[in-house]
Amino acid sequence: MSNNDFIEFFDGGLAPTLDSLGGKGASLVTMTAAGMPVPPGFVVNTAAFRAFMGAGLDEIIAGHLAGLDPEDIAAVDKASAAIRELIISRPVPDSLREVTRAAYADLQSRFESEVPLAVRSSATAEDLPDASFAGQQDTYLWLNGYASVAEHIRACWASLYTSRAIIYRVKNNIPDEGLCMAVVVQKMVNARIAGVAMTLDPTNGDRSKITVDASWGVGEMVVSGTVTPDNIQLDKVTLAVITEHIGDKHAELIPDPATNSLVEREVEAERRNVLCLTTAELEAVALLAKRAEKHYKSPQDVEWALDADLPDGENLLLLQARPETVHSSKAPAPKPSTGGYASSMGFGSITSSLMKIAN
Amino acid sequence: MTMKSFPKPSDLAVPAGAEGWEEIYPYYLVFQEELKAEEDAKFWFCDSQHWPTVFKPFETIGGEFAVKCLGQYNARHLMIPNANGIDFRIHLGYLYMSPIPVPEEQIAARVPEFEARIGHYFGDWENKLAAWHEKVKGTISEMEQLRFDPLPEIVPFEDITNGVGKDGSEILLENYDRLISLTYQNWQYHFEFLNLGYIAYLDFFNFCKEVFPNIPDLSIATMVQGVDMELFRPDDELKSLALLAVELDLVSHFSNTDDPAATLASIAGAPGGDRWIKQWEEAHEPWFNFTIGNGFYAHDKYWNEHPEIPLDFIADYIRRVQDGSQILRPTEKLIAEKERIVQEYTELLDEETAAIFEAKRSLAATAYPYVENHNFYIEHWTMGVFWRKVRELSKMLTDAGVFQDPEDLLYLGRNEVRDVLFDLVTSFGVGSGTPIAAAALPKKIAKRRGIVDALKTARPAPALNTPPEVITEPFTRMLWGITTEQVQSWLGNDEETEPNTLKGMAASPGLVEGPARVVMHADDLSSVQAGEILVAPITAPSWGPIFGKIKATVTDIGGMMSHAAIVCREYDLPAVTGTGSASTTIKTGDLLRVDGTKGTVKILSNIEVVSGPGAHSHAHQH
Repeated sequence: MSNNDFIEFFDGGLAPTLDSLGGKGASLVTMTAAGMPVPPGFVVNTAAFRAFMGAGLDEIIAGHLAGLDPEDIAAVDKASAAIRELIISRPVPDSLREVTRAAYADLQSRFESEVPLAVRSSATAEDLPDASFAGQQDTYLWLNGYASVAEHIRACWASLYTSRAIIYRVKNNIPDEGLCMAVVVQKMVNARIAGVAMTLDPTNGDRSKITVDASWGVGEMVVSGTVTPDNIQLDKVTLAVITEHIGDKHAELIPDPATNSLVEREVEAERRNVLCLTTAELEAVALLAKRAEKHYKSPQDVEWALDADLPDGENLLLLQARPETVHSSKAPAPKPSTGGYASSMGFGSITSSLMKIAN
Repeated sequence: MTMKSFPKPSDLAVPAGAEGWEEIYPYYLVFQEELKAEEDAKFWFCDSQHWPTVFKPFETIGGEFAVKCLGQYNARHLMIPNANGIDFRIHLGYLYMSPIPVPEEQIAARVPEFEARIGHYFGDWENKLAAWHEKVKGTISEMEQLRFDPLPEIVPFEDITNGVGKDGSEILLENYDRLISLTYQNWQYHFEFLNLGYIAYLDFFNFCKEVFPNIPDLSIATMVQGVDMELFRPDDELKSLALLAVELDLVSHFSNTDDPAATLASIAGAPGGDRWIKQWEEAHEPWFNFTIGNGFYAHDKYWNEHPEIPLDFIADYIRRVQDGSQILRPTEKLIAEKERIVQEYTELLDEETAAIFEAKRSLAATAYPYVENHNFYIEHWTMGVFWRKVRELSKMLTDAGVFQDPEDLLYLGRNEVRDVLFDLVTSFGVGSGTPIAAAALPKKIAKRRGIVDALKTARPAPALNTPPEVITEPFTRMLWGITTEQVQSWLGNDEETEPNTLKGMAASPGLVEGPARVVMHADDLSSVQAGEILVAPITAPSWGPIFGKIKATVTDIGGMMSHAAIVCREYDLPAVTGTGSASTTIKTGDLLRVDGTKGTVKILSNIEVVSGPGAHSHAHQH
C-alpha cells in the first residue's frame, strides 16, 4: 500500500519511528513487519498533525494557554473546550484531506464491501501522563464511511488538549512546542473464529508446546470463560498435534452491522461438536504465536482472530500479545529428576532412564 | 478394572487340514500340554512384523536365531538391569513372543555389570563398529566359499595315494554344519550392537519425554535418525543407474525388463551401454544382495539372482525421470529440517540441560543408525547367501534322488535335514545308491505341505492370553510398538473410536487422501500404481523403489522405529503404523485419508472393485 508524507500503512514496509507514528502506530507497523499480522490499517502520522496545526492554529492555542493556572480547574476546562472545538471545526488543508481520503479508499479496496473501521490516537509518550497514556486511550469503534473516520481523526488530535493533559504538561514543564499526535485507522475485526494461544503448556510451564483455545465468533467469550473452547496442544517445534479436545462452544459473539455492536447467539449443534479451526488454520495460529514469542523474546499469551472479511491465508489477525507471567519467571523447562546433573552425563543416567516406563 | 483377554492358544481353532501341525516343528517351539498353566499365564504377542506368514519347518531357523540371539544380549552379554530376553513359541504357524522380566531383587546386582559393558561399547563406538563390519563380512565370505558338490562315483585315485582316507562325504556334512553355524554366528553378531543402539535411543527418548513432556515420538526419532544410510544404498544405486540410462540415451532398451538377459544384451550393444553395464555390475557387490522380502523366508527373492527385479525398478525410475519427477531422496531438505528441529528444541533448554540433551542426543545419533543399517548386512546380505546355499544344497539333494522337488527341503527342520544328509552319505557309502529318504519322505513332505497351506488360510491372533495392565518392557514397546494403548485398541477398549477410522502410530507426518492399494506379499508390489496409498501387514525397507510413487503407507504392525516408519520419514511420506487390522479392513480402491501426524486412517468411501493381479503383476503362490 502506498505511503506518503502523511500516511504510513502498517504493511507499507517503512521503518517504524516513534516520533512519526507514536507508540501504538509504531508497534502496529513493527508487528506487521515481523509476520504478526494485526488488523490492517494505516497511521496518519505526526507530520499530518503538524501540517494541520501549523496553519495558524499553534498561535491561537498558545493564546488560550498563556498564563493558565493549573490549579484553576474551571479556567483549564474552559481553555480545553475552546481548543478542542477549534481543532474539530477548523478545515483540514486540502493536501492532507486528499491523502487521507485516498488512504481510506486504499484500505477499503482490500474488502469486498466497505467495512467498519476503528480510529485510535497514538501518542508520542513524553507528551502525556505516563500513568494512563491519556491520549492513547481515545478509541472510536465501528466507524462507517470516510466522513466519520475523518471526524474521529480530529477528535484524536483534540484529545491532546483535554484538561488533564494540559495540567500534566504545565505541572511537568513540558512545552507545547513540538507537541504531536499520530492517529491509527484500522479495520474493525470481524471474527469468524477467535481465541488465545500460549507459547507453553500452562499446566507445567513446558515451553516445547503451544496451547490453543479456539471458539466461534469474537474471542471475548473464550477470554472470559463463558464458553468451553476447543483446546489443542501442539508441539512447538514440529507443530504436531499432541492433544485435541473439542469444546462445547455453545454460543458465539458476532458483530451486528445494524447496531454496530456485538450480539450473542447460540451455536447450532453441527458446529459445536467439530473443531472450529481447520488443520491449516490451526497451524497458522501456532506459527503466529511462535513468531510473537520469537519477536518479544519471552513466552507469550496471544489473542488472535480469523477475520471473515479477509481471504484465506490473510485472514488470521493478531489482536494482542502479552508476556506470559506465571511460568516465564521460572526455568524454561523442568529439570530432569534422574540423578544429579553430573551423573546425567554418565552411564548411570542411562540405567535409570532404561528403568523408567517410557510414556 | 475388568480387562478383556486375548484367546488362549488352545482356544484358537485349527484350520481344516492343519490337524497335527505341531509335529512339523521341533518340540521346543510349540506350547506344551505339560506347561499349559505356566504358558497360559503369560501374555504373548504375535510378531507378524518379521514373520507375517506361516513358517515352513526349515524356515524356523531365522526366527529361532534372531529371537534367541536378541535375548542373549539382554540376559547374558549386556545384563540389562530390567529386561531379560524374549521367550518365543510357534503357534499355528506364527511366532508369538513373551518378554521375560528380571526379578525385582536381581536388578540392582546387574547395574554395575550393565554399565561396565555398555561403557565398553559407547566409549569407542566407531572402532568397535568397524571391527563388527570385519567380523560380519568375514562370516559372509566363509559362507560364500561353502560348496555342496555331488558325491563322487568313486573316491579319486589321488585321495588314495595321498592317504586322505576319507570318502568326501564328511565335507558335505561339515559344510552343512558350517552353513548353519556361520549363519548362527552372524545372528549373534547382529545383536551385539542392536540392543545398544536401542538403549542409546531409549535413553535420549526418556530424557526428551522428561524435559519436554508429551514430545511426539516422531520428533525424537527425527533428531537421531541418519539421513544417508547404507540401508538405502541399494535403492540409491538403482536411481543412479536410471539417471545414467537417461543421460546415455538408453531408455528405449528398458521396454521388456521381464527378460533381463535380452535387456542387458541390448544395453551392452548400444553406444555408451558398456559404461552403464560397468556401473550395473559394480553395484552388485554388495548392494544387490538385497531382497524384496525380509530375509526370513526361503521364497524371498534377491536382486542378484533375479535381475528382472532391479531392472524393473530402474525402468520405473526412468519413467518418473521422464515425467519430470525428482527421484532422488530430498536429503538436503531432510538434513536441514533435522537440524532445525534439533536447534529449536535445544534453544528451549537452559545451558546446563542443553549440554546433557546434546550429549545424549549425539550418543543416540551415533549408535542409532546401526539399528537401520545392520539390516543390510544380516537380513539382506547374510541371509541372501544363506538361502542361496540352501538352494544349492537342495538342488544337489534333488539331483541325488533324495527329494522330488528342491522345495521339499523346506518341509524338514534343519536337524531333520542333517539326518537326510547322513541317510545320503550312508547310501553312498554302503553302495546301495538309494537313500531311504526317497521312499520314506514323499508322504511326510506332502502331508506337511498340506498342513502349511492350511495354516496359511488363517491370520494369526494379535496376541494370546491376558495382557498385563501396563506394558513396561522397553524393547517390546519400541521394536514392536506393543504399548498399553495398542493392546487396548486390539481388544476394542478404545475410549473414542470414530466410525470408519483406524488408529495407529503417528509414524511419519503429513495428511493425504488417495486410493488404497492393499499389498499382502512383496510379490504383489508391482501392482502398486502412482498416487496410491500402500496398505500392508508390514513393509520392508527393500520395498524402497515403490516409496517414490506412493502417497502414504499404512501398516498393521510396527512402531515408530519399524521399517515402514523409517522409510516413510526418509521419503517424506505420511505413515500410520501398527493399526492392527488395516490390511484386512481396507480394500484396494477404498478412498483413504491418512493423517500421519495424528496416527489416523479414515476410510472415506468403500469402492467395490474386482481385485486380482494387475497386468504387470508377478504374483504367484508359494
